[in-house]
Amino acid sequence: MADLAVSDTSPNYDDEVTKKFVVATVFWGMAAMSVGLLLALQLAWWPASLGIPQLTFGRLRPVHTNGVVFAFTANFVFAGIYYSMQRLLKTRMWSDKLSKFHFWGWQSMLVSVVLTLPMGMTQSKEYAEMIWPIDVVIAVVFLAFALNFAMTIKNRKVKHLYVAIWFYMSFVITIPVLHVVNNLAIPASFTRSYPVYAGMTDALIQWWYGHNAVGFLLTTPILGLMYYFLPRAANRPVYSYRLSIIHFWALVFLYIWAGPHHLLYSALPDWAQTVGMVFSVMLLAPSWGGMLNGLLTLRGAWDKVRTDPVLKFMVVAVSFYGMSTFEGPMMSIRAVSALSHYTNWVVGHVHSGALGWVGMMGFGTLYWLVPRLWKRELYSVSLATTHFWIATIGVVVYTVAMWGAGLTEGLMARAISETGQLQYPFFLDIVQTLEPFYWARLIGGTLYLSGVFLMAYNFTATVWFTPHPAAIPQAAKGGVTHG
Amino acid sequence: MADHWHRRLLERRAGVFAIVTTIAISVGGLVEIVPMFTVGTGHMDALPEPYTALEVTGRDLYIREGCVNCHSQMVRPFRDETLRYGEWSHAVEYSWDRPFLLGSRRIGPDLHREGLLRPDAVWHYEHMKDPRSMSPGSIMPAYKWLLEWKMDPADTQATMQALAYAGTPYSDADIAGASLAMQEQGNVIVARLAEAGIEAAWDDEIIALTAYLQRLGTDIPNDDEIADGGEE
Repeated sequence: MADLAVSDTSPNYDDEVTKKFVVATVFWGMAAMSVGLLLALQLAWWPASLGIPQLTFGRLRPVHTNGVVFAFTANFVFAGIYYSMQRLLKTRMWSDKLSKFHFWGWQSMLVSVVLTLPMGMTQSKEYAEMIWPIDVVIAVVFLAFALNFAMTIKNRKVKHLYVAIWFYMSFVITIPVLHVVNNLAIPASFTRSYPVYAGMTDALIQWWYGHNAVGFLLTTPILGLMYYFLPRAANRPVYSYRLSIIHFWALVFLYIWAGPHHLLYSALPDWAQTVGMVFSVMLLAPSWGGMLNGLLTLRGAWDKVRTDPVLKFMVVAVSFYGMSTFEGPMMSIRAVSALSHYTNWVVGHVHSGALGWVGMMGFGTLYWLVPRLWKRELYSVSLATTHFWIATIGVVVYTVAMWGAGLTEGLMARAISETGQLQYPFFLDIVQTLEPFYWARLIGGTLYLSGVFLMAYNFTATVWFTPHPAAIPQAAKGGVTHG
Repeated sequence: MADHWHRRLLERRAGVFAIVTTIAISVGGLVEIVPMFTVGTGHMDALPEPYTALEVTGRDLYIREGCVNCHSQMVRPFRDETLRYGEWSHAVEYSWDRPFLLGSRRIGPDLHREGLLRPDAVWHYEHMKDPRSMSPGSIMPAYKWLLEWKMDPADTQATMQALAYAGTPYSDADIAGASLAMQEQGNVIVARLAEAGIEAAWDDEIIALTAYLQRLGTDIPNDDEIADGGEE
């Protein structure tokens, strides 16, 4: 069985690349979420774009979304994968050069994204706005990582692949497929291109991509990280091996079908909408399989949740995963989508996943990794606990504000008077009703972002101000097995 | 635990595991996407005209400014939406939309029937200059630079060339005559603005964007064609 705790500190592993990705995660987390805060402010108070083209909501929104997805989340996922896969396979990464190329290639890609999108250089497709030369860089850098990943697995010194590796594998295989197919385009210049697909076909392919970017970048690799870091932090074996098999295969098979739920009641052929809806509803089962396997892993370790901020973050993360994977299938039902589509409810749903699940898993993992990577005690556990509480309150405020806004605008838009006319014929009535919700969301976002800054300070103090003890905290505890 | 089949067949063989995973993630996409190419989206005999040179330039500006992040272009077949915006959207209307601009969020109203709802160039000019002058209480930023910045017909030609390569039916003559066509269509809008005392030139960006917004939603297939083509 995979013995998770063995040779944690073997000098044979490349932890330099993990450290770099950890630093990048914290940096991009602050950057991407700060942009989000500015956007939130612009909706509550429109002059916040200052009359500058590069700061308008339309141009800046993709900087925020891509920043959170490809900068914060992807860097966190890479950090966690580099750390855990070497230990799970008892093998150093196949090529340090490729690891370095991966890191610097990815970061320069991100910098070019931040420079081009506010200039209005965009492909327009959601979460795939980057112009075609950047798409080429993404493909090359990711394939370099994939090669390194595959060769490390090939050279592994452990026969069985632990469940975390399965999830990483689904990520490494699926992302390039989605990225390449969705971005096939004819260039008109170095900064402009037009997709080979048109109209509803383009829309379907975009949401096949878009929904599975959520599935295979924001979900499966992070489930893999959950399967590694949660048992390690709790010092408990994974609850059920069978459950992990069932929910893994069900998840990777079902996820791909769910894209059309973004196009319900659109001009997409009806059958495709129905298929997308049905598979989205089915997706609830494997999603909750993962949630239950995570939460039940903590059986007998719940006392630790009281004291350990790492586990606090992870428990809330997995709970949010369960919540938003219930909400998602529900919103995929036509009748619900009719109300929720186009509204802030969707924004709330995305953020309960991104802030609640991805972010909290990220913070928990980082708090676990930083002391081990830099071989120091964490500067302040109480600051980490404070971070946990303001982050949790922040997500709740954010999500509730967006639920309120979404229901309000959805109901106002469809309200018909007794005489059969629109109750609110002026769209501006709806816009103005939402203002208090936008301010409430801004408060939630501010809380959440302050937590990230607190974490950055805590890590800086850990690395720079904390003495380097000979001992590694909590290392080499009893072996954690699964099976 | 005894040697589980999953462990024996898959977990020890990374290559096999990768292949099975690849198959698992491919099925759904293939089933949903392939028919879009083989079956088409109906109304094949009632395709709209491609966007004119000026309209496609305006569309590029719509893309550049990220209008899609606040405005959808997809009227759903609901009573409230048809009351508010007009005829619900048909797949055939998007035939030349590369990229599609359906949008996913209505921070502002849907724009798919904008050409029918607000055909007046003066409205758009004033609205871009100061949204609150036409829509009191709007939270849209002003787009004053659209009134000042100039477009370059050479960019439009490159766009049309790429679109033609992708399958939009632009002829060589269309592309070669782009600049002239833009002037012609642009000057109609300039003349309308002049009536309202607004001075503008055909190559101001606002002119192209206005032309695109005026075109939006004007390609509704007639009832016969809808009946022939079946449901969307």
